[in-house]
Amino acid sequence: MTRTRPSPYPYWFVLPAAVVFVTLFLVPTIASLWFSMTRWDLIDAHFIGWDNYRQFFKEPFLVQGLVNTLIYAVVTSASKSVLGLLLAVLLTSGILWQGFLRSVVFFPVLVSTIGVGITFQALMHPTKGVINLGLALIGIDGPSWLSDPGLALYSVAFIDLWKGIGLATLIYIAGLAAISPDFYEASRIDGATRVQQFWRITVPLVRPATVTVITLSLIGGLRSFDIIWATTRGGPGFSSDVLASVIYKQYQAGFYGLATAGNVILFLLIAIIILPMTYWFNRREVDL
Amino acid sequence: MTPRQRRTGLTATAVATVIFITPFLYIFLMAMKTKKEAALFLFTLPSEWHFWANLTEVIKARNYMLLLAYFNSTIITVGAVTLLVVFGAMVGYILQRRPSGWNKVIYGMALIGLMVPPAVVPTIWVLQGLGLFKTIHGMILIQVAYGLAFSVLLFRSFIATIPRDLDEAAIIDGAKPWQIFYRVVLPLLRPVTVTVIVVQSIAIFNDFTNPLYYLPGKDNVTVQLTLFNFQTQFQSQYNLLFMNILLITIPPLLVFVFFNRQIVAGMTAGGVKG
Repeated sequence: MTRTRPSPYPYWFVLPAAVVFVTLFLVPTIASLWFSMTRWDLIDAHFIGWDNYRQFFKEPFLVQGLVNTLIYAVVTSASKSVLGLLLAVLLTSGILWQGFLRSVVFFPVLVSTIGVGITFQALMHPTKGVINLGLALIGIDGPSWLSDPGLALYSVAFIDLWKGIGLATLIYIAGLAAISPDFYEASRIDGATRVQQFWRITVPLVRPATVTVITLSLIGGLRSFDIIWATTRGGPGFSSDVLASVIYKQYQAGFYGLATAGNVILFLLIAIIILPMTYWFNRREVDL
Repeated sequence: MTPRQRRTGLTATAVATVIFITPFLYIFLMAMKTKKEAALFLFTLPSEWHFWANLTEVIKARNYMLLLAYFNSTIITVGAVTLLVVFGAMVGYILQRRPSGWNKVIYGMALIGLMVPPAVVPTIWVLQGLGLFKTIHGMILIQVAYGLAFSVLLFRSFIATIPRDLDEAAIIDGAKPWQIFYRVVLPLLRPVTVTVIVVQSIAIFNDFTNPLYYLPGKDNVTVQLTLFNFQTQFQSQYNLLFMNILLITIPPLLVFVFFNRQIVAGMTAGGVKG
């Protein structure tokens, strides 16, 4: 009779992690589907069907939050991937003090978002702020960065870019290091210019890094909350509100069902954008 | 180095100084000024250096709230990171060593964990049901749940580089599963463990949103929330506000100076996996 020996890699090793993850992440996520269809005070939940969702697509300020979320995510993600690549190329070209410059660009990633937000609030002050005083020196009349309703969202996006570009640059630097120098050598012998090298070699071959940067910054941008809350709190009015700040405001106001519906919408939005994108990127990679 | 590279380097340094260093210099200068001078928002040297006065005042504010916040943040960070290392390594180990149908499930969970935004109010509901809402240990478990995916993926890819022969030798010597993991594998995971510790500590120490939702209450303040509270309270005392920013910027700066290499490894690996 043969008895199967127990595996030296028992499944109970997964158990502690699974318990924490399932209770505190998975259960709430699944429960949110139900609670988003209720009027809810954390004790009694009263089923009201699709009303919360209807409200989300009807109330102008909630719709604006949705639109702002998309604008914010696209602006931050596009600027981080383009400028991050340019910075990475610059910081791998063997220039003076290259290592120091990499550190300088990266350090803001590690700093408290709230601290950065408060600092930029002061720097962007319309009359006393350093930025506008600096612009005045060269004869430009600086705008009210954070209190102009048409500009606030983009100013916050800029702060986000300032804080997050170091991570994009870092990922691109790792991607550039994986490209064989032979390509550049061969193209140089064939007489390619630096611009041609950038478009024909660097951009196509750094693609995995580009995918990572775009995916990470899109997810981050769609979920973004603390930088907005530290600088404008969604204002002036609702002009810089995004889904995450709307969720917090509804939560504070005690509309728990509505806040949860916002959460589900945010989740669906991320899934709708990220999943097809990942699929498309992966398929293209096979084609190449 | 060609003259061109030297010139580019100097130009880049000048531009980077203006864009990336000025804000930090500004924080430092504002933190040294008197209340009146700081209110001018100017980028100037302080006429009198008020370092000690501002430092003691910000620490004493609201009955030593900052010290309590540092204490709470430290406990949460240390507790959560310890569990993230142990749990993450255990899951990564099984995931890498025992391929089976469950692997797909665990991978799926990890991707969900990286992508899906937490459903905040239902989480509060669960925490209340378990008696963990507004408690430090509840906050620790939340940080573990949210950070697990990253740790598991990082550990898994590192464990792939450790030869199975070692496990087999230990099995032949009669080691129990737990002993193989704890005595043989875990000690070899040091480099990736340091990376996980550093990257997660910074993330948890800097976290604002989760304590805001799950850890309300005066006795539970964390460092980031103190700063946020002071933002409204110190509206007219920018010197103290910036002293506070300076104080919470120092820990990440120290970590960065000492663990630069591990941070870079963690951020790029996490990025590629993410």
